[in-house]
Amino acid sequence: MSCDQCREREAVVHLTQIVNEQVTTLHLCEKCAADKGVESPGSAVKTPLGTFLAAMGKGVDQLPTPRTGEACRCGATFQDFRESGRLGCSDCYRTFETPLRDLLRRLHGSTHHLGERYAERETERVPEPEVAMVPPEASHLREQLRLAVETENFELAAELRDRLRVLE
Amino acid sequence: MIDLNLLTDGGVGWLDASGPSSHLVLSTRIRLARNLSSHVYQGRNSETEREEILQSVERAVRESVLLRRPTRYRLDRLDRIDRQLLHERHLVSKELAGLEAEGRVRSGASVLIQDRIGVMLNEEDHLRIQGLHSGFALDETYAEVDRLDTELGQRLAFAFHPEFGYLTSCPTNVGTGLRASVLIHLPGLVLTKEISKVLQGLAQVGLTHRGLYGEGSEVVGNFFQLSNQTTLGSSERELLDHLGKMVRQVMDYEEQARQVLVRDAPTVIEDKVWRAYGLLRYARSLSFEEAMNLLSGVRLGVGVGLIPDVAMYTLNKLLIYTQPAHLAVAEGISPDDADLPLRRARFVRKVLESEVGRRG
Repeated sequence: MSCDQCREREAVVHLTQIVNEQVTTLHLCEKCAADKGVESPGSAVKTPLGTFLAAMGKGVDQLPTPRTGEACRCGATFQDFRESGRLGCSDCYRTFETPLRDLLRRLHGSTHHLGERYAERETERVPEPEVAMVPPEASHLREQLRLAVETENFELAAELRDRLRVLE
Repeated sequence: MIDLNLLTDGGVGWLDASGPSSHLVLSTRIRLARNLSSHVYQGRNSETEREEILQSVERAVRESVLLRRPTRYRLDRLDRIDRQLLHERHLVSKELAGLEAEGRVRSGASVLIQDRIGVMLNEEDHLRIQGLHSGFALDETYAEVDRLDTELGQRLAFAFHPEFGYLTSCPTNVGTGLRASVLIHLPGLVLTKEISKVLQGLAQVGLTHRGLYGEGSEVVGNFFQLSNQTTLGSSERELLDHLGKMVRQVMDYEEQARQVLVRDAPTVIEDKVWRAYGLLRYARSLSFEEAMNLLSGVRLGVGVGLIPDVAMYTLNKLLIYTQPAHLAVAEGISPDDADLPLRRARFVRKVLESEVGRRG
């Protein structure tokens, strides 16, 4: 059977999707499947521990390994992660980005977070329009700045400080 | 000894069988894994850092609406039996309670609980925001957990990556950090031997199953925890909708299996559930596992209308209070005491006698 996508290569991945209660099956070659972000059959075992162990054990060995001994700021090496299954800090996701990206694709079938975004929430809590419409007195801003510093809302504080600079 | 009465309903409000579909579903649990961007993860941080994490989260919690007045337990300052008690109530994970095979309780390990929500601190991740509801209640549980996450996120700096989402100690939780689990009773599927097919099917659609106590626990008493396996690449809504849809399907299968049992093997099933009831009512020694299996039989009997007069709440209560730590505390003995099976049988007899009346 040839690939539904390129119609050239042999289809090796058979992807059954259920969209709006409709079942469709796509027959794809390895390359087109990879382009669509679909895993090849070998990694299709989907038990939580199974997938993870497969990725940690066999899978991880096939991952591009960062230069030997390269350590993250927190001191963790990729070897540490292989042994414990746990990362050392948030920076590890940047230090070991290449092999981790590969691992995430194996574990989750994707590397893209599609859920709630934390940064958006941060902007939500700094309402701008009202202040932009009617520039408040510098004293009012200073009071707001004091409150922001007190409540450790440093981002708001930084913004207020900048606005004060403009006013003054 | 800790005082669990500090908690509303003793922290077992989720047992009251008041939630939707509670004849099949015991509870719904959702947790969000979060880390503070300011600190290294649990495996590499120091005692001082874990204290700092504790303090900043407690400060944020005090300013929140949902978790303003939490009951606080520092697991690192509790005896093993008390930690086990909290774990048996499904309020803390086995890891946080330091009950794993070679596990020790970590300094700073704590839990803050108010009604149906709470935060585990210094677990595998800095924070595990969690919600626990009675019955099949994914939307209600998520609404609360999400609100608390928003409240805490405004006061704490969470580790977030533009592509990978919320960052977690283990890459299996990255992205949404969301794990939703539904604790469901499936004796019909087990008896009709359909269960392995169903579980395989669930694995194929990205769901996973565990035992009564979550990760790494055995299936006892035909209770299965069904949850999402992946946390990245789908939104929270999609993950919950998918799990919800599949759980509803499993519930349908279970109901069908029960109908088949009652239709095709009425005497066998009747004998089975009454036998379970009889043993619970009159046995003089019960191991925990045996009690769980017998309770499962009675629950099935109540579910298909063969055993009248036994409330789901009574069965749920027995499920919790016959566990080793609960029973040991109630009886004032050690959980390793050789007398425990005798005490368990006596406890079950007493509860059934007083709560079921004489019609059994």
